[in-house]
This record gives sequence, structure tokens and C-alpha cells, in this order.
Amino acid sequence: MLRVKGIRDGLLITFEDDEQSWQAKCDALLQHLDAQIEFLKGAKLALDVGSLAIKAADLGSLRDQISERGLSLWAVVSNSPVTEQTAQMLGMATRLHTTTPERSGRQADSSMQGEDAIFVRRTLRSGNRLQHNGHVIIIGDVNPGAEIIAGGDVVVWGKLRGTVHAGAQGNENAIVCALELSPTQLRIADQVATTPQGHSASKPEIACLKDGQVLAEIWNPAGSGKE
Amino acid sequence: MTATVITITSGKGGVGKTTATANLGAALASDGAKVVCIDADIGLRNLDVVLGLENRIVYDIVDAIEGRCRLRQAMIRDKRLPELYLIPAAQTRDKTAVSPSDMVRICDELRADFDWILIDSPAGIERGFQNAIAPADRVLVVINPEVSSVRDADRIIGLIESEEKGPASLIINRIKPELVQRGDMLDTKDILELLAIELIGIVPEDEHVIISTNKGNPVVLDDKDRAGKAFRNIAKRLQGEKIPFMELTVPDGFINRLSRMFRPGGE
Repeated sequence: MLRVKGIRDGLLITFEDDEQSWQAKCDALLQHLDAQIEFLKGAKLALDVGSLAIKAADLGSLRDQISERGLSLWAVVSNSPVTEQTAQMLGMATRLHTTTPERSGRQADSSMQGEDAIFVRRTLRSGNRLQHNGHVIIIGDVNPGAEIIAGGDVVVWGKLRGTVHAGAQGNENAIVCALELSPTQLRIADQVATTPQGHSASKPEIACLKDGQVLAEIWNPAGSGKE
Repeated sequence: MTATVITITSGKGGVGKTTATANLGAALASDGAKVVCIDADIGLRNLDVVLGLENRIVYDIVDAIEGRCRLRQAMIRDKRLPELYLIPAAQTRDKTAVSPSDMVRICDELRADFDWILIDSPAGIERGFQNAIAPADRVLVVINPEVSSVRDADRIIGLIESEEKGPASLIINRIKPELVQRGDMLDTKDILELLAIELIGIVPEDEHVIISTNKGNPVVLDDKDRAGKAFRNIAKRLQGEKIPFMELTVPDGFINRLSRMFRPGGE
């Protein structure tokens, strides 16, 4: 009937779209709060009611009952214009700070896979450390003693001689490529490799995981690439 | 006069910061400039020994900072070059006796009376380095042609850049042309490619440096010495002269490589 989720500003309670009446949902919520009232004391609640149209009196009464328990209802999210208006009348927010729950969920997923990227246009020197959940793109060199840790791929338009870890959260599809790929150590997901002695890296290379092994291949402009 | 403050640093110890400071100071002073060398290696002072002035120390830099003497009283005039002065480090204190703002204050006080203020930085990247770098207008990074020295220099250059004291210039010290030629020592080209800063001097390995250091007599004062000539050339480059890099006397291949390397870049 309802889902509870921790968000940056407290708790987000989502009323499922089912046949239950408003009153039943409210009772279920209050019951849920009472069950762990000691733990929740002082928490800020946001309520996602989906497409339900709620009257001011009903919402006001729910808010009062929540306040009586030492909690506060600060936001009501809905795609019903009636409910939005009601919430605004009662002085509550109708948007969470970032995005609606659905979208924030999607964002979290994508950053795990490294869909966003940061772009660095300088050389990373010894002692520099760059950590990012998404992809990392560097225009410049990565000198020995520098470290890059990325959730996604790592692209270096320059000489990669430091330590690099792509797919740091376990993404085995992550790749590392550089104009000169001779890292001190290269990791993809949980596999570790080092540059072989006497390796001459005068051509751009791409490293990826194949059958659980780190494999570096010279980039072939004529080839079809990885996939 | 408004002095230029030059900090000589390296990250790694034992690469020749103090020798470079003493020799550049002496070379600039013998060119007629007014020079003061400051030893910022509090607790491990050496510059006085290399300049042969250790028996003249009465007050040191910490005495001046803590007000036990005037800055003038802590300055020791060189016995050979009347325009060369030394402000020695304290030997019985540590790096925390001085703060970066103390160093800035001291240099600002000296600026009006000198052409050059050379600061000999301690090894490391901690407080002593922060002190030495704080007042710098220019930074010279000294390295030896070996992997650990280059790695540390890379770190130091990054710190210099983040303190906005860059771009630093590079002195490659104790290079052995024979070894480089045999491929047993890091090549100048590889070093410059990695560190990506301007080269201001290459100093060949020379046993006279050790002898003269022990005697407290900077090697630049010897006209015929190779290392001394290299330091004199660096001093001239600091003063804005265009001096070609010395051709180190080894068989053809190396000289050709060197000159090919440096001509296009120029200065």
C-alpha cells in the first residue's frame, strides 16, 4: 500500500496506486510511523500521492496527525493539479529539491554505470588523485605517481603512465584508452594488470576485460571497435 | 633595487639544492649583483658550510624572526665576494619555528637592498617547503637524472603550480654524459617530456664539486671547472642572457643529440 524511502531531506513516502481509500492509506501510514516513532522522531516527511486528488481538509488533517507525532510533512508530490494546489494552499512544497522520485531513481542508476563524465584539461602529476563515479576524460598526461579512479571508462588523450582503475565499482565493461598506454598499474573492475617490461607504446591502445583478463589492443582505425 | 626571489627546491634530498644555491649565489655576486642566500632548512643547516662561513654565525634566521636581533645582524658577508650575503638557518630549532608569512615578511624587508634573494629549500613537501616557496617569484627545481628524483620533482612541480608560483625551471644536476650515451641514465629528452617545464641548466657530474664543497669554496669561483661553468651559465640565463647549453665533451652522437634537442626550443 505504501513505500518508504530515505532521501536527502528525510523520508519519502509513496502511496501505491491501488484501490484502497485515502483514509485507509493514511491509517497505514500513521501505523507505520507509530511502529518506529522513537527512531523517526523529528524527521521530515515528503509524500508522493501519485494521481490521487486530495481535498484540503483531508490533507490538513493528515498533516496535523503527523505533527502530533513529532514529525513534519513538508512536501506533497502529485501529478494531480488539484492535489498540488491543495498542498500549496497549505503551505507545503510540491517538489522535492532535486527531482521527482522517478527521475532521481534513474539518476542514481546511471551514475553507477558511469553515464556522466568529467573532463580534465591538464596533466596529472605525481601525487594528484582523481576519483569520480562516472567516466573520466583527460586531455594531458597522467604521470607516474598520479591516480585515476573511475566508475566508468577512462580516456586519456596523452601518455598514461600512472595508476588507473576503471569500472571501480565492479563494472566489467569499462575500458581504458590512451594515446600512449603504459600505466604503472591498470585495473578494470577487480582485475589488475601492469605494463609488461620493454613495452613500447607508441600507438594508441584500448584496454578492456576479455574472459576475466585485462587485454590491451592497439587501436585500429579501420576496425569496427569494441562492439 | 627590487630583488627577485628565487627558491631552489627538489622534493628529494641530496640532489644538490644547497650546492646549486651556493654556486648560483656566488656566480650572480661575481657578476656584480647584490645577492643574499637564505638557508630555509631549519634544523639541518648546510648552506653555511658549503659557503665556508659556518664559523662566522652569530645570529640566525629564527633569531631575526623572533626579534632577538635585527635582520641585518643575522646577515653574514661572504669572505670572497663583498656583494654576497648569507642568512643562516637555526640548527637547534625545527621547521615550525618559521611560518610562510615570516618568510614573505623577511624577503619584503630585503627586496629593496638586493638584486637577488636565493632561498635554499629543505627536502620534502611539508612545512619547510611551504616556508621556502611562500615568497618566491621564481622556482628552480633541481633533479638528478634518475627515476626517483624525477618522480619527486613531478610532485613538487604540481605543488608549485597549485601555489601559483609556476612555471618552475629545471636544473638537471650530476649528469654523466657517458652513462646517458650508453642508455644507462635517464635521457634529458625523456625528463623534459615528462616534467614539461623549461630547462635552465645541465650540470655535469664533477668530483671537484665534492672537493670544493668540503672546503667551503663554491666551484663557480674556479674558472676552468666544468660544473662551475654550468652554474655560471645558469646565473647568466637567470639574468636574461641567452647562453647556449654547454656541449658536454663526449663522442659525437651525444653532442649531436643534445644540440638537436635544444636548438629548436631555444629560450
